[in-house]
Amino acid sequence: MLVKSVVKQETHALNGDEAVALAVKQSDVDVIAAYPITPQTIIVEKLSEYVANNEIETEYVCTESEHSAMAACLAASATGARVFTATASAGLALMHEMLFVTSGCRAPVVMAVANRALSAPLNIHGDHSDAMAERDSGWIQIYAENAQEVYDSVIQAFRIAEHLDVQLPVMVGLDGFTLSHTLENVQTLSDETVKDFVKTRQFPMVLTHEGKTVPFKLDPDTPLTIGPVALPNYYFEFKRQQEEAMKNAMTVIQQIHDEYAQLTGRAYGDGLLEQYKLGDVEIAVICVGSTAGTAKAVIDELRNSGVKAGLLRIRTYRPFPAEAIVKALRKAKAVAVMDRSMSFGGRGGAVFHEVRHALYDSATRPYVVNYIYGLGGRDTSPIQIKKIFDDLQKILQTKHVEDLVHYIGLRE
Amino acid sequence: MSSKDKGWKEISPAGVCWKSSKTYLTGDWKSFTPERDVKKCTKCLLCTIYCPDCAILWNAEKGDIEFDMNFCKGCGICANECPTKAIVMKTE
Repeated sequence: MLVKSVVKQETHALNGDEAVALAVKQSDVDVIAAYPITPQTIIVEKLSEYVANNEIETEYVCTESEHSAMAACLAASATGARVFTATASAGLALMHEMLFVTSGCRAPVVMAVANRALSAPLNIHGDHSDAMAERDSGWIQIYAENAQEVYDSVIQAFRIAEHLDVQLPVMVGLDGFTLSHTLENVQTLSDETVKDFVKTRQFPMVLTHEGKTVPFKLDPDTPLTIGPVALPNYYFEFKRQQEEAMKNAMTVIQQIHDEYAQLTGRAYGDGLLEQYKLGDVEIAVICVGSTAGTAKAVIDELRNSGVKAGLLRIRTYRPFPAEAIVKALRKAKAVAVMDRSMSFGGRGGAVFHEVRHALYDSATRPYVVNYIYGLGGRDTSPIQIKKIFDDLQKILQTKHVEDLVHYIGLRE
Repeated sequence: MSSKDKGWKEISPAGVCWKSSKTYLTGDWKSFTPERDVKKCTKCLLCTIYCPDCAILWNAEKGDIEFDMNFCKGCGICANECPTKAIVMKTE
């Protein structure tokens, strides 16, 4: 995309967690309610430091659990506050119930998830099991590739969540340790620039039981009820509204992303998908999160030796950009989907299921195979990703898929 | 489900109520009905506080309590809490 103006920025050495904390600090957040958990802990440590030092005017609520943290976030958001929290792994799992209540109450809470494996056996390292298990919770899901994108995505997330056509909570995923704890150079904006970008929270107008049309927030002067019982005659209608909000989010995420790109000079594809050398691609890999960086390096090498290899990184997983994926892969003849979580007994991982489902509508119908990788923080090397491309070439030569689901870096 | 029910495009988000719950009568859910012995009743008003549906109200003009059978669900909490056992639950 064409970038017109770029504001002044500073380079800071930040890990992914610190990048989240700085973005939140600059985004004029009213309430933070959180419970620490590795590898997200640095985020809430930094934020509590900012609050203790009076660097931000934010109410910081230390809760006794993640379930309570999300309940507090929902309540604060319902009063009209801008709200942030962070979690990972077991913490996200403990929030499970409240995730649905928060999205159902259309509370635009923003949450960073330092993606980590789920027990048992206990493991604190990175994979996507935690967030993938919450893909049906009604939250928008954005996954970052590096600390820079983490910073940028958190700032964008407030605008997306609070957009009048969306009004949904947003999860920003950063791979545990690989991004959360790794120091990178991050270009940061001035406090004023971020404040101008995120603006103040907007409210849609709703009709209340008193017959009044009022802003959608709890206010003693304009009383209203949010999220009470809805029986079989109405519950379904509210769920259909959430689906519509997700559909709207598809456009809004791109708009906000483009607006931010004009400001900063940084773009991540169209905000939904990042395409890397897909123009004339024959064999492509699809992945989510930080592994895209490794895949790009492998693709550069393969391109040098004449192999038409490419990458499609899914940045926005919810809403799932199915049509855009079909379009992006229209030239591909064989596709490998990389999943950093398992769907036990599901014949492949979650990303694989959905990509393959999307490609059913493709006129070209490429071969689609699945590679489970990096569980519990296992490293995925360029050699392993090169092997995936070799497998894809073999499929094209033999016109035969031997195994649909593969495991990378697993000992037999 | 009646044809008067609104579609998803017409209703406010997040279950925001566009009607007061006062128009949604729930009294026909009950299978027990409270009966008060006025001789035993001391008008201490504990029942008005304990009633989870605000179905027992103080009528200042009459100087007495009233049961609102449109909302009483027959739970029997009033009878259980009444210190003089002035309320008993009867099957309808």
